[in-house]
Order: sequence, then C-alpha cells, then structure tokens
Amino acid sequence: MPLILSDEARMVRETALDFFRERSPITALRKLRDDNDPVGFSRDLWRQMAELGWTGFLVDEDDGGSAFGMTGLAQVMEASGRTLTASPLLSTALLGASLLSHGGSDDQKAEYLPPLLAGEHIFALALEEGTRHAPNQIALTAQSDGSGYRLNGQKTFVLDGHIANTLIVAARTANGITLFLVPGDAATRKRLIMVDSRNAASIRLDNVKVSPEAVLGPVDQGAALLDLTLDRARAALAAEMLGSANEAFDRTVQYLKDRKQFGVAIGSFQALKHRAAQMFCEVEMTRSAVLAAVSALDQNSNDAAALVSLAKTKANDTLLLCGNEGVQMHGGIGMTDEHEIGFFMKRSRVAQATFGDTAFCRDRYARLMGY
Amino acid sequence: MPNFRAETRAWLEENCPPAMRTRMPENEQVAGGKQARYLRPEQKQWLDRMAAKGWTAPTWPTKYGGGGLSNDEALILEEEMQDLGCRLPLRGMGLSMLGPVLLEYGTEEQRQTHIPPILKGKIRWCQGYSEPEAGSDLASLRTRAVLQGEHFLVNGHKIWTSNAHHSDWIFCLVRTDPTAKKHEGISFLLIDMDDPGVRPRPIRLISGASVFCETFLENVQVPAGNLVGPLNKGWTIAKRLLEHERKGIGGIASRAATKFEVPLETVAKQFAGERDGQIADPILRDRVAAYSMDAHAFQLTRRRAAEEAEAGAPPGPLSAMFKLQGTELNKRRYEMLLEAEGFQGLGWEGDGFTNDELRFTREWLRSKANTIEGGTSEVQLNIIAKRVLGLPD
Repeated sequence: MPLILSDEARMVRETALDFFRERSPITALRKLRDDNDPVGFSRDLWRQMAELGWTGFLVDEDDGGSAFGMTGLAQVMEASGRTLTASPLLSTALLGASLLSHGGSDDQKAEYLPPLLAGEHIFALALEEGTRHAPNQIALTAQSDGSGYRLNGQKTFVLDGHIANTLIVAARTANGITLFLVPGDAATRKRLIMVDSRNAASIRLDNVKVSPEAVLGPVDQGAALLDLTLDRARAALAAEMLGSANEAFDRTVQYLKDRKQFGVAIGSFQALKHRAAQMFCEVEMTRSAVLAAVSALDQNSNDAAALVSLAKTKANDTLLLCGNEGVQMHGGIGMTDEHEIGFFMKRSRVAQATFGDTAFCRDRYARLMGY
Repeated sequence: MPNFRAETRAWLEENCPPAMRTRMPENEQVAGGKQARYLRPEQKQWLDRMAAKGWTAPTWPTKYGGGGLSNDEALILEEEMQDLGCRLPLRGMGLSMLGPVLLEYGTEEQRQTHIPPILKGKIRWCQGYSEPEAGSDLASLRTRAVLQGEHFLVNGHKIWTSNAHHSDWIFCLVRTDPTAKKHEGISFLLIDMDDPGVRPRPIRLISGASVFCETFLENVQVPAGNLVGPLNKGWTIAKRLLEHERKGIGGIASRAATKFEVPLETVAKQFAGERDGQIADPILRDRVAAYSMDAHAFQLTRRRAAEEAEAGAPPGPLSAMFKLQGTELNKRRYEMLLEAEGFQGLGWEGDGFTNDELRFTREWLRSKANTIEGGTSEVQLNIIAKRVLGLPD
C-alpha cells in the first residue's frame, strides 16, 4: 500500500493544481455567491474538467472511463480544495460514477455514463434524512405496486440536488435498502443556501412512480453498494479538505511573515509560532491518512474502511483547526467578507458534517477495530 | 528480496533463543559495557550471535563489524524480528547516537577504535550534553576543555547523563573557546570514564528509578586525538547527534505497537468492562479511539517518510515532527492507560497491584521525560517554525 504517488498520479496532481489556480480561484466562488447563480457552479468549467478525463477516473475503460482510481481522483479533489472550487466532482464524478459503475445494469451504464463522462449530466445522491449523517436510518419508502415502485418521503442535504438531472435515491423497500434512479424534476426540490456557498437541496418525493428498470443495484441489498461508495466519497472529500486545510495553513503562515505589529513580523511571536508548527504537524498527518485511505481503496484492502474513517476524522479536525486558527491569526481582517480566509472556515463546518463527522467516524473506527 | 527475507527468517529461527522471543521487561534490556550483567545466559548468547552477524548495527559498514545491509534489507530484518517477537539484542547511545556520528565525522582511527566495541556491546556510552545552567539553551554550556600539549584538561558539571554510572565512556560537548560566540566555541570530545576525575552520581527521579545522573569532571585528562571533528566546530556534530537522538526517542510510539505490548483498548475493556464487544464506557471508548487514531496517523506518517526517503527524496520536513509527535503520543498513551485502569493504576509498590499495573504507573512517570529530553517539545516547535515554516526569529 504505497504512501507516495506514482509518476502518473503526480502528473494529474500538477495538472489539477494549475487548472484550478488559473481557472477557478476563490474569486469564482465569490462571484457565484454574489450573483445568486441559479446553478451554483460553472457548467463550462465542469465540461473542461470532463475533457481532462476527471469524470472517468472511477469508470471502467470498457464503459468509456480510464479506471485511474481513487488515488488519482484524490489529487484532483485536493487541488479543487485549494481554491474551494464548487463543482459536481463529489456528486457526479464520485458518487454518480461509482454507483453506476458498481451497481448499474448494462442498459443503465449505456444510458447514463456517456453524458456523465461528458460533463453534461449531473447526479445527486439523496441519502440523508435527519440532522446528521446516518446512512442506516432511512425512512423514505419505495413500495412495490406490481408494475414498479412508488416513492414517498423526504431527503435533505442532497449535494447538487437542486440541479441534478438524476437523483439516486436511497429508499426502504420490503426487506432492506434499495437505490433508485429518479429524474430530478420528479421531485419537489428546495435549494438550501449554505454557509460555504456550495450546493445542496432538500427534496420531497410524493408518490413518485418509477419502473423496475429504475432500480440501481440489487433490490433490498443496496446497503453494501452504498457503503462502498460512501467510503470512496469520504476519502475523496477528505482529500478535498486536505487541500483546503493546506491552503488555509499556507496563507496563514504567509500572513504571519507579512503582518507587522510592535515593529516586527507577528510570526516572530512564540505564541503564534508554536500554533503554526502544530498546524503543520496536523496537516502532514492528515496527508498520510488520506494517502493510506485512497491507496487502500484502490487495492481493496481489508483495512480500507478503517483507514477511510481515520482519514475523514483527521481531515475534519485539521480543516476545522486551520480554518479557525486562520481567522484568529489574521485578526480583524480575517473577520471581513472581503478577505478570503473566512471562506475556508465556512467550508470546514460544512465539509466536516458531510458523510460523517468526527463522532461518527471515531465510532466506526472503534467498531472496525474491535472495540 | 524474497531470498533475503527467507534467509533472514531461517537464520533468526535457528539463532534466536526461545527465551529471547518473549516480552522484554525493562530490567532485561541489554546495554552492554564493562559492567554489563545478564539475568539470563540467553541474553548474552543472543547478543553475541547478532553481533557476530553484524546485525546489532545492520546498516553499518562490514569493515567495522556492521551488517552492511541496505535500508530495504534492514527493514526486512526489523519486520522479521518483530514478527518472531525477537528482542533487540542491544541498545544504547553508542548504537543510536555516537556510532552514526563517528561514521560521518570521525577519523578512520576513531572509527576503528570505537565502532567495533559499540556494536559488540563491549563498551557502553553515555551523553555529556546538558548542564545545570544549559538545558534548552544547550549552546550556553560551560564545561571547559583547555588544550595543553597532547591533552585537553577538562573541568565541568554535566547533568541528565543517563546511565552514566553504568557507562564506560562519555561523549561530551565542551567549551574550547570562551571568547567566541556561544555556538562557535564548542568541541565534541570522547572521554574515558576510567579517569578518576570523572564522577557520576545517580539522581533519584519521580518514577523512583535513577537512570539519570549528574557527572562531575575534575581535571580530566583527555588525549587530543579524542576530539571528533575540528576544534571549535563541535556544534554541527552536536546537532547531528541530536537528530539521531530525536529519531530514537520519537520512535517510542512505534515500538509500543510491537508484538508483546498490550493494546490500550484491551486494557480499557479489561478494567472498564465490555458490552457487546465494545468498551462499556462510551466516553472512555471515544477517548481511546481518538488517541488510537492519532497514533495510527502518526505511524502512517513515519511510513510515508520512510517511503519518500527510499524513493530518493532528501530528508524532508516530516522528520522534524517525529520527536515532538512521537513523545507527545507516548505520554498520552500512558495517561490513557492509567485512566483506563482506574484505582488499579494508582499503585506504587506491593502486592495490592499486579506487576503490569505497577509497571504502567512507573512507565507513566518515566514517559514525562520524553517531551523534555533530547530537546523539549517547545524546542521542537521552535525548530519546525524556523526550519520548516521559515518564521522569523
């Protein structure tokens, strides 16, 4: 299980870092927010990302992807985290592509994967129902009526759900959980305006009728498919958060060198030096955990789930730390909307709650480790 | 490599006595030297076999008696030893600190003289660095060495000289130019403790043990040939040796994961109870997990650094954090162990407590030194801030 990047992964990393720095700096997110952009991300940017092949990293070559894997996708996620780029990477290139690749029938793959790969078709996983991540507590029902299913219930915190062409809905069926492909406009959707200016929606399904062909993966046995994909999502999100934490940290260290008070750079004060050094350690330990997690997923290791729980926990705590310390060490200017450091702190709160906060991940880690 | 692994395993299985494949109590650690005492004959047997093979110092050159292994091979040896539960045959400051520095900075004669006895366990070394007035500010040390013809005359007072009373030689930082700036008047000297002017005195510690000493140096005569590196340029060597020391201390947390160490979660289940396979107290369980996950991330970081080094990257900023993180985690581990044990973690001696319980209590106290010795955590943070982050003085 390597913890250093292959030459190919390093090339993806360099490409992605340049791409986001040039085409999607934080000013882009600010503009989407200030314009009340109805989509909430740039469709044009997303098509360019698709042209670079990033939508196909989790899709088999036979289906038009590159199967480059999680380690590669993590490099793109991390680079996008550096600039806090809003894009459907997580909802579509990860969740959509992974669920379709692993659970989709040949017909479903043929119908959905080409437009997904081309950056034309957006997916959203409709999973959460309560106030926090709880993949096992699903109340939305899908009742079989002979010729298909009728879906009833509510979902919240559906990433990119306001704009998705297709929702992948986790529903309770007679004997377990089943996933359904549902047209986005079949749901009643309400966009959630989030503190991090990223995109989510709450949705309601009122007696939405779907055919048996809408079932994604096995009936009643969707939990395993969901588990695998959620672990990929946690790891990819942890990679994005690592990028954001590292960027917030780098900016803060630079500020400590530039800002003068009492006639000297404030970075000469030991009270700040020590906290900066602690942040460095946390960022590096998070990096190791993320690399181990994506590497374990790529190799289907037995310890992948534990390593993913570790990576998400470290990413949660480290991004919260770097966001909070970033604002504190920037002082008054850090409180202004004009300065960009606050964007990182806002993102940290949302990202840590997504697909497992620290309490969730620690509990899971302990269970997987046998205690 | 598969060959090397198989051969290594076969050799270990044939040569490592069964008694040396058990958990090693603190008092059975072998440090060698003229005063060495062996509680069991197998300790000496194991040491001699490993030394003859060169594997007490696997990567050192064969011409000095080392194993001549590549880093890859040494890692395989370590893995196979861990897997079989083989004890470390020898440890000490000669192996972990002085040897690497002599290989880098020593003269050929110094290497020929000092390295073979180190890796055979014949000479035990201690470290003359700190002084009563020179702790974190090590470079302000005042022990004087004056060159008089063929000898240095050394006078001074060292402290925290671990195991000085069991050692044969001491490597010392001494001031050879009191007029120069503090970092530029220091030299690195090797001193034979047979000289009657060298007097170590054990210091009783909070753990009840006396591993640390203060060592008085009074008109000690040291041959000029025992100077390592150029005169007044000892600080460079001193810092390099500290890097080796920190690497060793920072490795504590990873050694804790070896075969015979009781996992924290097992202790927690044993003392706080178990329900449905989980530690019964949910708050303790959460704290155990929080610690274990940080320790896990630290292990992964050590592995990543090793892989980066193996891939040819220069020793990066990662190594700067190992001493800090490794020791802080080790302290946290003992805090958690005692917390998990409840009343049973509070014993000092006597039969009201098991040996393990008493051991954990004493080790908890010993662990407090980890973040002080070899540069405090605060000094490590300063080093990271300066060297890695480039923050101004």
